Amino acid sequence: METIGFLMEGFAVALTPYNLMFALFGAFVGTLIGCLPGLGPANGVAILIPLAFTLGLPPETAMILLTSVYAGAMYGGRISSILLNIPGDEPAMMTCLDGYPMAQKGRAADALAISAIASFAGSLIGTIGLIMLAPVLARFALTFGPAEYFALFLLAFATLGGITGKNPMKTVIAATLGIMISTVGIDISTGTQRYTGGVLELYEGIDFILAIVGLFAISELLFFVEARMGRGRSKVNVGKLTLSFKEVVSTIPTQLRGGLLGFIAGVLPGAGASLGSFISYTLEKSVLGKKGRFGEGDIRGVVAPEAGNNGAASGALVPMLTLGVPGSGTTAVLLAMLISLNITPGPLMFTQNADIVWGVIAALLIGNVLLLVLNIPMIGVFVRLLSVPPMYLLPIVTMVAFVGIYSISHSTFDLYFMIVFGVGGFILRKLEIPMVPIILGLLLGPEMEKNLGHALILSDGDWTTLWSSPLAIGLWLVAGLGLVLPTLFGPILRRRMRNAIKEGPVSD
Amino acid sequence: MFIKRTIAFAAVAAFSMSAIAWQPSGKVECLAPADPGGGWDFTCRSVGNVMQQLDLVDGSVQTVNMAGAGGGVAYAHTVSKRKNDDKLIVAASTATTTRLAQKQFPGMDASMVKWVGALGADYGIIAVGKNSRYENLNQLMDALKADPRSVKFAGGSARGGWDHLKVLIAAKAAGAENLPSIPYLSYNNGGEAMTQVVGGQVDAFTGDVSEATGFMESGDLRVLAVLSEERLPGKFSDIPTAREQGVDALGPNWRGFYMPKDTPAEAQQYWVDAIDTLYASDEWKAVMKSNGLIPFHPKASEFESFVINQVQEIEDLSREIGLLK
Repeated sequence: METIGFLMEGFAVALTPYNLMFALFGAFVGTLIGCLPGLGPANGVAILIPLAFTLGLPPETAMILLTSVYAGAMYGGRISSILLNIPGDEPAMMTCLDGYPMAQKGRAADALAISAIASFAGSLIGTIGLIMLAPVLARFALTFGPAEYFALFLLAFATLGGITGKNPMKTVIAATLGIMISTVGIDISTGTQRYTGGVLELYEGIDFILAIVGLFAISELLFFVEARMGRGRSKVNVGKLTLSFKEVVSTIPTQLRGGLLGFIAGVLPGAGASLGSFISYTLEKSVLGKKGRFGEGDIRGVVAPEAGNNGAASGALVPMLTLGVPGSGTTAVLLAMLISLNITPGPLMFTQNADIVWGVIAALLIGNVLLLVLNIPMIGVFVRLLSVPPMYLLPIVTMVAFVGIYSISHSTFDLYFMIVFGVGGFILRKLEIPMVPIILGLLLGPEMEKNLGHALILSDGDWTTLWSSPLAIGLWLVAGLGLVLPTLFGPILRRRMRNAIKEGPVSD
Repeated sequence: MFIKRTIAFAAVAAFSMSAIAWQPSGKVECLAPADPGGGWDFTCRSVGNVMQQLDLVDGSVQTVNMAGAGGGVAYAHTVSKRKNDDKLIVAASTATTTRLAQKQFPGMDASMVKWVGALGADYGIIAVGKNSRYENLNQLMDALKADPRSVKFAGGSARGGWDHLKVLIAAKAAGAENLPSIPYLSYNNGGEAMTQVVGGQVDAFTGDVSEATGFMESGDLRVLAVLSEERLPGKFSDIPTAREQGVDALGPNWRGFYMPKDTPAEAQQYWVDAIDTLYASDEWKAVMKSNGLIPFHPKASEFESFVINQVQEIEDLSREIGLLK
């Protein structure tokens, strides 16, 4: 039961007033970011990274802040889904289906409250899963050699498009761009410089924090400038809370099912929170069958996807923390932060940086309670913030981004670079090329190359070493499936998701 | 406390008497050629603190971070833009000499700055997992001599970096041939490399003694040799040196400073004395102890030649393994 001991130590870290303050701040900002349409959890975390550097936060506090933002964004996504029928982020899409009809029937307050409770339950189940699974998987990861790691990274790339991914070609282009950028700098396996063109600043390679902040935060600003400083949305009336205790109790089975399914979807690479909420919703619909009135404002239709996507959010942390392979875009951004704090994820982190890992996990639990408290009585505040014109928000974001990036290395070169990435990100987003595969390519490309090199050195150049252990073969098989299944079933699933949305009220 | 203060005061008084000719006025800058949090940053900040405690400088010592090219950006800055600045010291270590030797700072060499002094070191070790068949350094070296490909090493630096070089220094001293074919796997840091050795994927670990403390104490890692002149103090005293096993290999990863070239001789003398005074102080001894630094302080007159020698040695080795043409 050493896990409990570690968790207690984690609470000791997370419950210090300083860390608690940042958890609260992160939860609040995260919810806000989540409920602003267009700003998802990955953007939210990317935007907050520079703040962590600006304030010079110690590693555990920085990670607590960012995971709170992550959890908060997963909560916040539902607010605009329910009130405006516009998902605040992708995973909150399914919440529109029954959330908006509930709001139209004058039960917006109830929908918001029950979805907050569902988010809490989903997240709680996911975090408990994380606590139980992560240490086991971390110990198991010690048996991974370079060949197995290579297969694992291959698996991560193969499942990148994911089942819900849009254009696979664009995903490949994005990942390739990321890998290309990552080759700049010293090649650690030969000690030679690649693509630096004699520019000293490039010798250590391109800092992926720069790339992330540029691609997500700066491009967001450019989009906003293009949209000509749109005015805030008109205020929405939430109405009175009429949710009865009995009604909450009746949704408990739905919450458990949704949370568990979401967690499993989150742990699997490439699936992520969107799939988690989709599966939970679909399952709930088929389990309840005619007993439910899905699509017309059934309360369980709000509970299932919210429990699902929050469970998935915690689940996605499992492969990131234990193997260093992120299961989603947001965890990729969190991974980048960990690496730039000089912490290597994997089995070693669970022993050498136990305070950080368990501090973060404890902060997730605490953050959830905070979020529940924030999201029921204070829901009015967020609703009102939804109508704040973004012209007040984005300049602050930009300022923090610049100060934060400058405070990492005190180099103006980095600032120019960030702007280049911002403009590049803007253009790529216009071309509908997704950002997350770029980040994954940037993060995982060098690791994959390194492990391939190591495997070949260890085997004296014999390529068969790459599939010589049962574990490696298993990973290759899953990678193969990950590549094949989406092309076979992806269109079907996507159609069903789209149909589900269409059946619901017309969006916007 | 009172006595300590008095001694410090006396030392400072004696020191300021000898250095009355020149003293920096106003703010002194310590350039850390990396991001906050690394070794160079630590050198600057801790030296700055102790200097202020000992009143070695009038004003404050401000640490400025200038990351890039493994110290190359700061080196170029010192050589070109600050060549007359007598209130500037720059943190350096074996990583600096390695890159200078391998011409990784284009168009620059070790003679373009003044080398001030070293303040301690972290020594190289060679270690294996607890279930390894190698019980001592000689067994490992014999295996290398029989077949250079038989032992695979993992370390936290790039190929040709300091961790790799330590293996080559030891192998060369032991009389092994065909150095370039000794397999070396580079990882992002020592911890990652150690995990692979502890997990049994790679045969041996090369790194610094401070990195290995955790796995040494847990018994997962067996340290075969430390590359120091004598046995290390304290908890490391059980580790045999390479020398006592008949392999004359040294691998100190020193921490110290350089300063701009075109500064007056008095200024250099001032900084050399300041480093000497600092190194002798109890305050600095406490810093070394709490951060795992091991005594290393060549005499001021010898430090410059020590650096030049180290650069030469690394250059020769790098040429031998084909990193330099």
